[in-house]
Amino acid sequence: MTTMTTQTTQTTTPVLEARNVTMRFGGLTAVRSVDFTVNAGEIVGLIGPNGAGKTTFFNCLTGLYVPTEGTVSYKGTVLPPKPHLVTQAGIARTFQNIRLFANMTVLENVLVGRHTRTKEGLWSALLRGPGFKKAEKASEERSMELLEFIGLAHKRDHLARNLPYGEQRKLEIARALASEPGLLLLDEPTAGMNPQETRATEELVFAIRDKGIAVLLIEHDMRFVFNLSDRVAVLVQGEKLVEGTSEVVQADERVIAAYLGEPFEGEPGAAEAAEVEAAEAQSTISKGEDR
Amino acid sequence: MTETKNTSPSAGDAPTAETRGLLPLPLAAARALLLAGGIATAASTFLAWTWTSAFPGDLTVTGYPGGLQWLTFTAGILTTLFALASYGIRGLGWLIPARNNAPLFLTALGGFGVTWYTVLAISVDLGGLANLEPGGFIAAIASLLPVIGALSLPEKATGDTKEHLKAYITKAEQIPAPQDLAPWIERAVITVVTIIGLGVFTYGIDTEYGELFIGYLIVVVFSVWALHTAGLLDRFSRLVARHRSFTLAMGFAAAIAFPFTQTDDHYANIGVNILIFGTVALGLNIVVGLAGLLDLGYVAFLGVGAYTAALVSGSEFSTFSGVHFPFWAAALTGAAASLVFGILIGAPTLRLRGDYLAIVTLGFGEIFRIAVNNMDGDSGPDITNGPNGIPSIPDLKLFGFNLGESHDIAGFTLGRFANYYLLMVLIMAIVVLVYTRAADSRIGRSWIAIREDETAATAMGINGFRVKLIAFALGAALAGLAGTVSAHVTYSVVPTPYQFAGSTPPNSAFLLAAVVLGGMGTVAGPILGAALLYLLPEKLVFLQDKSLLAFGIALILLMRFRPEGIIANRRRQLEFHETGQLDVPQTTTLTDDSATVTKAGA
Repeated sequence: MTTMTTQTTQTTTPVLEARNVTMRFGGLTAVRSVDFTVNAGEIVGLIGPNGAGKTTFFNCLTGLYVPTEGTVSYKGTVLPPKPHLVTQAGIARTFQNIRLFANMTVLENVLVGRHTRTKEGLWSALLRGPGFKKAEKASEERSMELLEFIGLAHKRDHLARNLPYGEQRKLEIARALASEPGLLLLDEPTAGMNPQETRATEELVFAIRDKGIAVLLIEHDMRFVFNLSDRVAVLVQGEKLVEGTSEVVQADERVIAAYLGEPFEGEPGAAEAAEVEAAEAQSTISKGEDR
Repeated sequence: MTETKNTSPSAGDAPTAETRGLLPLPLAAARALLLAGGIATAASTFLAWTWTSAFPGDLTVTGYPGGLQWLTFTAGILTTLFALASYGIRGLGWLIPARNNAPLFLTALGGFGVTWYTVLAISVDLGGLANLEPGGFIAAIASLLPVIGALSLPEKATGDTKEHLKAYITKAEQIPAPQDLAPWIERAVITVVTIIGLGVFTYGIDTEYGELFIGYLIVVVFSVWALHTAGLLDRFSRLVARHRSFTLAMGFAAAIAFPFTQTDDHYANIGVNILIFGTVALGLNIVVGLAGLLDLGYVAFLGVGAYTAALVSGSEFSTFSGVHFPFWAAALTGAAASLVFGILIGAPTLRLRGDYLAIVTLGFGEIFRIAVNNMDGDSGPDITNGPNGIPSIPDLKLFGFNLGESHDIAGFTLGRFANYYLLMVLIMAIVVLVYTRAADSRIGRSWIAIREDETAATAMGINGFRVKLIAFALGAALAGLAGTVSAHVTYSVVPTPYQFAGSTPPNSAFLLAAVVLGGMGTVAGPILGAALLYLLPEKLVFLQDKSLLAFGIALILLMRFRPEGIIANRRRQLEFHETGQLDVPQTTTLTDDSATVTKAGA
């Protein structure tokens, strides 16, 4: 569990740069001028209370929403707000509520993820030249590699809908990885998982980072986030409150206030409350290490 | 009668495990009744059933069967075969691999159905039971025997009679895996099945009167259902999966063989129409079945193809009467015109999803018909001759071979429609090839992904609009291709058939019903659906003006009992029936994580 702190120095070039991203739905401002960067090889966590605008921000990053203001750029080039072009550029994502192609097989799901990295159109499909066969074979091989990587190779011909929940999450990650991204966005990857599955996901995220893919994840499981992330950003009511290492964020009073509410005036005393919180946070971490 | 309740005392935890017959007869008597009834049913067809030949098919002859009696005879023989197989006669065991009773009951029911239908039809047509000869009564009683026998066979009883009855018509849960056959035997099996299929299909098309067709439907439906419950259809589809291209080749060989079995060109006409509508339905299947775009104006593309072909056919009534393209050029022009039309309609509409798209395509389909109706030089430019259409389209000539004339080939006479039929087989082969190749490729996968979840598909890098437009345009082009032939087959093109819903076949509702009824996303489904929907009103005269009502009822029943269509796509089957792990290949052994696998299915 010590690996998590040593990686923080690896900040080099920014992979993702969001500038002044604002998203308004009518009178509601879901995301308010958020500046955000993810550097190469980093794992960044995005946390915040329910309704803070985390998923909306994700959708702005991936082109599902067109931000009202601001720009998103990937490796220096500004991304057009079209999901398929964003994926083409190199950002892949998963969804909060799993959105697999339920009636396709496991392998087919991953093959669909290869879409942007293959070019065979209708004509080559109809004419079935040697190029088509070669490309199909290469795609399948690459997809099988990914299935091996996440440990679902033995279920390649199962329908995605028949997989257990945890494996569906994994498959969604494999499908996203199939598009050969430089940045992977995970929207609550451990939602609904049991502790063992969460542990396995943690390992998986580290393994993905070791492949040189930066990871940005939304999560409610605090232990999971603080264990994994090199940096954590806190989004509260559409605004970025704090950004920093796990320790900085955990110690920040505003974050505690956002999650638990402001302490009463005077009693039991702001300082004491913070102390209690810090102690609790400490104990959760040590518990995490015990496991 | 004797109590046969305690046939399985071993499973005694609940009354649900009890197996007994619905009728209290001992097992031996039940089987004997089944066998004897089957033989008696077949034998009764050699008697005279009625005294006058006023009833079609001449059932007055003692000595050999005729007309509907042949159907009863077939059903009786089938019942006898299944009964013998249930006795465990060597060589017939493959008929009921699961040793279940459902096939016995269903074949018995088929024989009962067709016999009683005939007897009742005679009584009603000729006015009274007095018109039946003793043979008719004997047949009626003989065909009832196997039903009684089958209902006396022990089956799982839960106390509820309805549930109990259901056990007699459901497929066996455990069908033992077949032994591996040598590849050449498997191919021989496919060949034999294809030949039988051709025979059954030809018989259906050649039925001369409505009563015979209804009897034919009864026998075919119950027999196929029996084969399904016995697990034979599953075994056959496994064979087909193993010999895909061989089966396809056999299928086309059978399709080509069809006109050679026909003496009357009228039936070849039915055949060519089925092929045209089947081809168009297959094109629609790309749009609806694969890409999941509900297109209610699809028939317009058939119309574009037909009108284009008519305009360049050299017909003197065509606006460009001097233009006479050879067929290949006309076909390409028709397909290209449809393609352009498809893109023109698709580009603005495909940004919509679901119901909105359906409504807009419905509108565009009607716009086509109304526009064509008005382009007569009065209300609009003179292109299509308005409601009069373009008549006297000359017959096609291919390689100096006039398709309009009869030709003798190897002793067989091929009439005009038989010629066009063969041309349509060629076109359908192309369409099937396009369909299967497109479906199994990067573009086909992205169509299915779009159908499954458009948001996730675009997030995976699929340009949804572009991919949908390709599906739409490809479907349109295939319909246009079929339209070019249909214009020549019918001699003329007029705007009226190209409507949303009507009582004559090429309308959007008919095509959509064919796709849904036959089975979305399959190759054989839409063709079968088109054949059924075309044959029913064609053969049953009383249905002709109520065919829309009949389609409606058929679709409602289908959605209730078999929502995936007659021929189920593997995906669809799993989508509608939560049976868990049907798709697990037989070879996989579920070892370490079998617990999670079963949980997933729940």
